[in-house]
Amino acid sequence: MDWFPLDNLLCMLLGISFTVWFTLLLVFIIVPAIFGVSFGIRRLYMKTLLKIFEWATLRMERGAREKNHQLYKPYSNGIIAKEPTSLEEEIQEVRRSASPRELDANGTPEFDISDILCFCRRGVESIVDDEVTKRFSAEELETWNLLTRSSAHFQHLSLRLTLLWGLGVLVRYGVLLPLRVTLAFTGVGLLVVLTTIVGFLPNRRLKNILSDKVHLMCYRICVRALTAIITYHDRANKPRNGGICVANHTSPIDVIILASDGCYAMVGQVHGGLMGIIQKAMVKACPHIWFERSEVKDRHLVAKRLSDHVKDRGKLPILIFPEGTCINNTSVMMFKKGSFEIGATVYPVAIKYDPRFGDAFWNSSKYGMVTYLLRMMSSWAIVCSVWYLPPMQRQEGEDAVHFANRVKAAIAQQGGLVDLLWDGGLKREKVKDVFKEEQQKLYSRTLVGTHKDRSRS
Amino acid sequence: MGSRASTLLREEEIEEIKKETGFSHSQITRLYSRFTSLDKGENGTLSREDFQRIPELAINPLGDRIINAFFPEGEDQVNFRGFMRTLAHFRPIEDNEKNKDPSGTEPLNSRTNKLLFAFRLYDLDRDDKISRDELLQVLRMMVGVNISDEQLGSIADRTIQEADQNGDNSISFNEFIKVLEKVDVEQKMSIRFLH
Repeated sequence: MDWFPLDNLLCMLLGISFTVWFTLLLVFIIVPAIFGVSFGIRRLYMKTLLKIFEWATLRMERGAREKNHQLYKPYSNGIIAKEPTSLEEEIQEVRRSASPRELDANGTPEFDISDILCFCRRGVESIVDDEVTKRFSAEELETWNLLTRSSAHFQHLSLRLTLLWGLGVLVRYGVLLPLRVTLAFTGVGLLVVLTTIVGFLPNRRLKNILSDKVHLMCYRICVRALTAIITYHDRANKPRNGGICVANHTSPIDVIILASDGCYAMVGQVHGGLMGIIQKAMVKACPHIWFERSEVKDRHLVAKRLSDHVKDRGKLPILIFPEGTCINNTSVMMFKKGSFEIGATVYPVAIKYDPRFGDAFWNSSKYGMVTYLLRMMSSWAIVCSVWYLPPMQRQEGEDAVHFANRVKAAIAQQGGLVDLLWDGGLKREKVKDVFKEEQQKLYSRTLVGTHKDRSRS
Repeated sequence: MGSRASTLLREEEIEEIKKETGFSHSQITRLYSRFTSLDKGENGTLSREDFQRIPELAINPLGDRIINAFFPEGEDQVNFRGFMRTLAHFRPIEDNEKNKDPSGTEPLNSRTNKLLFAFRLYDLDRDDKISRDELLQVLRMMVGVNISDEQLGSIADRTIQEADQNGDNSISFNEFIKVLEKVDVEQKMSIRFLH
């Protein structure tokens, strides 16, 4: 009998807190998302976090000094220092020092048994530290950011730090995660529903305007669902209709980040399940380019659809990630030349994430999509910078590969990323034999030189 | 919570590796980090496939021979100790080390041991001699299809002729050392490890 009034009180309290919760959500998050304004709450949050991280680092350094240990420093400068000379130059150097008079009749130095030393050292250097394999796993942090997932190398955790970490876990999983998941569902749900509704409109112009607004609004809600704090630079260079926007790829979130600031036509494979539903809804409101699995292999078909889309000035710019796979945001790997052959204006975009607040890289061999999204939503925040670079066009007589490399270099330079020629596909596949054959050819040239009659025998 | 990487590598092990190889504490933890990142199977050992996954090594013409050098005779897995022992050959020779150990056990990164490493790359059947056949095979690995058999044969013959001193038409380790006496092996076979 005594419990009833208490029960009622509890229900009332729950009801009130729910209402308050949702009102706050609406006022502070959803309404600004609709209108594209920001209260600056996220930036304040970011500054507070930074101060906490600094404090944590100081405590760890103190702890390390007390125990007289060295604090682990990640190998951001490399484990080893490599020689900048090429293999050929090195071999000539060693031959000259080994036997200075060792020249054959034509004046070209021949094989020396010491040649093996150079291959040997380079091979072992690549075992200790190579440029490629480290791009496919999460970047190591300089200082700890109070997340368990990045704590592998950090020791000297005092009681206070552990408490802080515990508090962090509570905040992230108890408060932030439910909030973000709610927002994510709201955002995606609204996207599906509203784009379907817009799809019913007959009028072309009204349809386009509404479609743009709907897409932007839903993406902005998704941005808030990730607590993404994005700084856009050089907005004047934003991609225009009839162009192709290319960017470096770190995670599926890249799409949300770019699409919350501008409207793009997406390119991708048709998926099943939830993704498929979203794709079908989106394409009702405005023309995106979705390929069936079988069509993806057909290069000509892909190129034709892309160039048809680009020629229609009424259609939105295409968003493509030429690397073809997710890289860990420390480098830019080979751009596939497909999008650069079409002849449209290319708008390069560089995206650089700040790893201190949460690692955005999707290691698809380690985590599935759902696990990845949960990890994203339980990090502190996703902080990144987006640079819109000036548009580029293919020059006279320039081939697609050269153009692609030019664009890649511009993106790498702006984002502060390492520009690599290696293919991102090496994440899963073995390197092609043709590269080894190139190395063998290079070495053979040092044996027989450039004497044409020799090499033709 | 705490340092996951180092808890798998105990302090005593680090000390033992330090004594055996001469690497510093921080170098050993860094290299352990590298070892675990290569170990896709997460079983504490590396197989040949783990090495071949490194693109820069896979395109090295002598990649397979170098990988082989890490594995002891007849074995297919190498643990961290073995990994470090092989890498220790490539530590630079510091001056104070030359005078350090008069008791006789040569450090792994001495000039002789570096040369032995290189010798073993040529010596395919591990019989302590480089025969003409072995030299030809290694040469073939290095040049691919770009040089004819006859040319390669004559290169091999010339090389053996110059190095062979006891007339057995093959190169022994001592003859190998003699041929390379003017080469700065310490520098060419050393990797500058940071910290």
